[in-house]
Formats: sequence, C-alpha cells, structure tokens
Amino acid sequence: MRRVAVIGVGISRFGELWDMSFRDIVISAGTEAIEDANLEGREIEAMYVGNMSGGRFISQEHISALIADYSGLASINVPSVRVEAGDASGGVALKEAYISVASGIHDIVIAAGAEKVTDVGSASEIMDSTIDQEWEAFPGASLAGLYAMMARLHMHEYGSTEEDLAGISVKNHKNAVKNPKAQFRREIKVQDVLSSPYTAEPLKMLDTAPISDGASVLILAGEDVAGKYTDTPVFIDAIIQSSDFIALQSRENILEMKAVKTAVRKALRMSRCELNDVDVFELHDSFTITELLLYENIGLCRHGEGHMLVREGETEIDGRYPANPSGGLKACGHAVGATGIRQAGEIVLQLRGDASGRQVQAERGMAVNIGGTGATAVVSIFRR
Amino acid sequence: MLPRFWRKIRYRYNLIGTECTNCGKKFYPPRNLCPECRRKSRIAEVELGETGTVVSFTVIHDSSESYKLQKPYVVALIKLDSGPSVISQIVCNPDDIEIGTRVRAIFRKYGEDGEEGIIYYGTKFEPVI
Repeated sequence: MRRVAVIGVGISRFGELWDMSFRDIVISAGTEAIEDANLEGREIEAMYVGNMSGGRFISQEHISALIADYSGLASINVPSVRVEAGDASGGVALKEAYISVASGIHDIVIAAGAEKVTDVGSASEIMDSTIDQEWEAFPGASLAGLYAMMARLHMHEYGSTEEDLAGISVKNHKNAVKNPKAQFRREIKVQDVLSSPYTAEPLKMLDTAPISDGASVLILAGEDVAGKYTDTPVFIDAIIQSSDFIALQSRENILEMKAVKTAVRKALRMSRCELNDVDVFELHDSFTITELLLYENIGLCRHGEGHMLVREGETEIDGRYPANPSGGLKACGHAVGATGIRQAGEIVLQLRGDASGRQVQAERGMAVNIGGTGATAVVSIFRR
Repeated sequence: MLPRFWRKIRYRYNLIGTECTNCGKKFYPPRNLCPECRRKSRIAEVELGETGTVVSFTVIHDSSESYKLQKPYVVALIKLDSGPSVISQIVCNPDDIEIGTRVRAIFRKYGEDGEEGIIYYGTKFEPVI
C-alpha cells in the first residue's frame, strides 16, 4: 500500500440553501476543491460520493452519474460510486476513495459528500430511517428518542446534567462564529439551550444538530504524485470503518459505542500513534449526547467522565482536546452525506494552517463520523 | 409499508423471540442466525414472558407523522426478565416512570392508515403497581 495525501479541499456553505439545487451545491464545493488542488480536472480517475437519501430527499437516485456529469467528468467517462451508510455516508465514501488510491488502482480521485434536504418537509423523518424501522421506529422511537435514552441513562448512572450537554452546544456555536461556511454563526448561552423545547426528554431543540443542505469535496492523490500539485499535502495515516448492532436493544450497554472503540483502536495502530499525539478532533455531534459519548468511547476520558471534560473546558478550542473547531454538526450544520467529508476537510484545513480565526496548532487530527446511533463508525487520522 | 409490518406480526402481538439452542442465547427481535454460533446456530422460537425492568426511557415530544396524535408519549428500553431487551411504548403518565420501574406487557393499538385504513396493533407495556 502507498501513502495517500489530501491535495484539495472544497466545502460549500452549509444551511438552508433555498437558492441552490442539489447540483449547484455539489458544483460549489467541487470547483473549490479542484482549484485548491491546482488540477485541470482531466487528471481525475474516479469519484466516490456519500449521499444518504437522494431518493427520499429529492426523488433522485443514480446520484453517482448525476454528480459525475455536473462535475464535468461525464465527457471523460470517469467512474462514479454513490455510497450510503446513513449519516456516515461521507466517511465511508472517503474510506472507499482512500482504498482505491492506497491500492495503486487510481492516482487521483474525488471523495465527496452531498445532500439537499430542504426540498422536502419531512427531513427529520428521513433521518429517522437510519434506525431499525421494524423494531425501533414502529414502537414510536425516533433517532432523537434513542439518543435521549442514552442521555437519560448517562445522567442516572454518572450524574451528568442537562447543563453539561448544553455546554457542548454552546462551545460548538462559539467555534462556528469563526467558520465562514457554518450554518449558525452566532453564540448561544446555556440558558438558551435549557429553555428550548424538548424533542425527546432530556434532549432539546438546541441539543440537536440541524439537517442541512451542503456538499464537501476532497481530492486524494498517491504520495508519489501529490508533490506535483501541492507543497502542503496532508496524509491520511489511517481510516477505519466498523459496525455495531443497528438497534439499541441488541447492544449489551447502550452507552458503549463498540464500533467507535474498535475503529479508534485499529486507526491508532495503523497510524502508529497514541491518542495523546492527536491535537485536534472533529466529532459527530448529531446530538450533544453523541459528542459526550464520543469523548468516552474514543478514550479521551473514562466511561462516565465525559461531562467532566465539558465542565473543565478540556474540549474548548484552547483546551487539551479541541473538539469541533468547525462548529461541529450542531453549528456548522449537518448535511448528512456530506458531513464525514466536511469533518475530514476541517481537519485538513487545520493541519495546513488554513483555519484562520479558529486555528489550532496541530500535527495530527482525528475525525469521527457515525451513522444513526453508532451502528456505523468511521475514524480517520490525518497528519501534515 | 404494510407488508413489512404484517410479516412479523406474530412476534409483535406476543413477545415471542428466538433462542439459539446451541448456546442458549435468546433474541428479541427474533434472529434466524445466532451471531455467536453462526453456522452452528440452532434456532427455535421461545416465549419471553411479560415482565421486565425499565433500563432507560424518554418522553417523545417531536414525533413522526404517524404518532403525532399521541404525543407526548413514553418510549422505553426494557430489559425483560427472560434476558433480551425490547424498545416499546409505556402506557402511563410521564411522571409515573423512572429507571428501574417494573413493567408488564399489554396488547394495544399502535396506529392506523387513516380513518378507513388498517389498524396496527402490537405490544406496549404498563407499570406494575
């Protein structure tokens, strides 16, 4: 296997992009990435696109060909693959793109993610389709409801509070102010979160990431060719995907995210580093409790201590484990299939020193993208 | 959506799961392949009893279209005394439930396909008083 570098990053605005269609959003990110990588375009050999539910969000399947076409790659007949893994679709697309370059089959590929969600009114119901429809959704559980049960159990077992969870939302909003692509570039207060309406107790509206329009694109190249295009390649030292039981009821302990734990362990081994060598994190905060559980399951602290990191400010941008300098899913926005690529893109910008205003001094960064309640996890480690 | 919900009706109306008689592990929802024994799986149906304990719960305020008339309603993760866990609604006032509450299975209506459509039934739980 050869080393794989990211040589270009493009991220569209995230948010309610009423004036942009699915293809407009994709082009916005794609053009930025190709310019960033100094490519003509004809060097691209393949593309992998994370998209969770084009069929239900915009009644468009065959997303792979559509994106290749509107990226200007149909005329050179570039193969395009659409990848679906709930809201981990982007992460899995990146893994597939990585394998295709690491293996030597392709030299330069696109790893993209895109979602257009605001053309339908039932976006949150479509998000709920990432949980087990027969045995979780039928009895009335929602994605929020399942995370709410994890939150309730964590509070009961370990004494975390709704204020602790609110702190995560407040931090991510604060970071997003400095991110020009973010959906919510404004600070909020703990009290704002606490007084927002319950969606599934104890989770509230402001514990919840929005469902956003957006696209993100990375350009990957083999180490031997990357130098032709950039002086600041960022290497993917590891990218690992893992699975877990899809329904919460099948897991021994609903606070243990075994897919995340396995992927982190393997990714650290693959990149030959320790968790303490990682300087910046992008974590999948689909709900505030998700980010808190990730602290514990990644190993930033022990089980039952996630809220202590929040209280001590350890995951603030100037803390020991800066988490979500982009604003995370909560404040940068959650464009579902685009999220995994967007997280990786933020880590690349951080490692290149291009994250003006929200810059963390970092040699290594980690992105954690999960699907649904954690049945899919993708953990990647980057190094400059 | 209908066929999917009718196919497993037997397991939804009664708490019937499956058991791998090779290793003794019980499953709900039913599995036809034991994740531990795989090819050595020997699967048989098993009744899981009606009682259990609440592991965690939530009160849903923002529900999907099909449950909007019922909200707010209680959904819980219940550990059955027989071993497996189940996600189900609990028919009670949200103030009458906490982690550790003992519950018992009951047969209830879940929803319907409009005024003239088919009615869905299934298992819900209620606190044991």
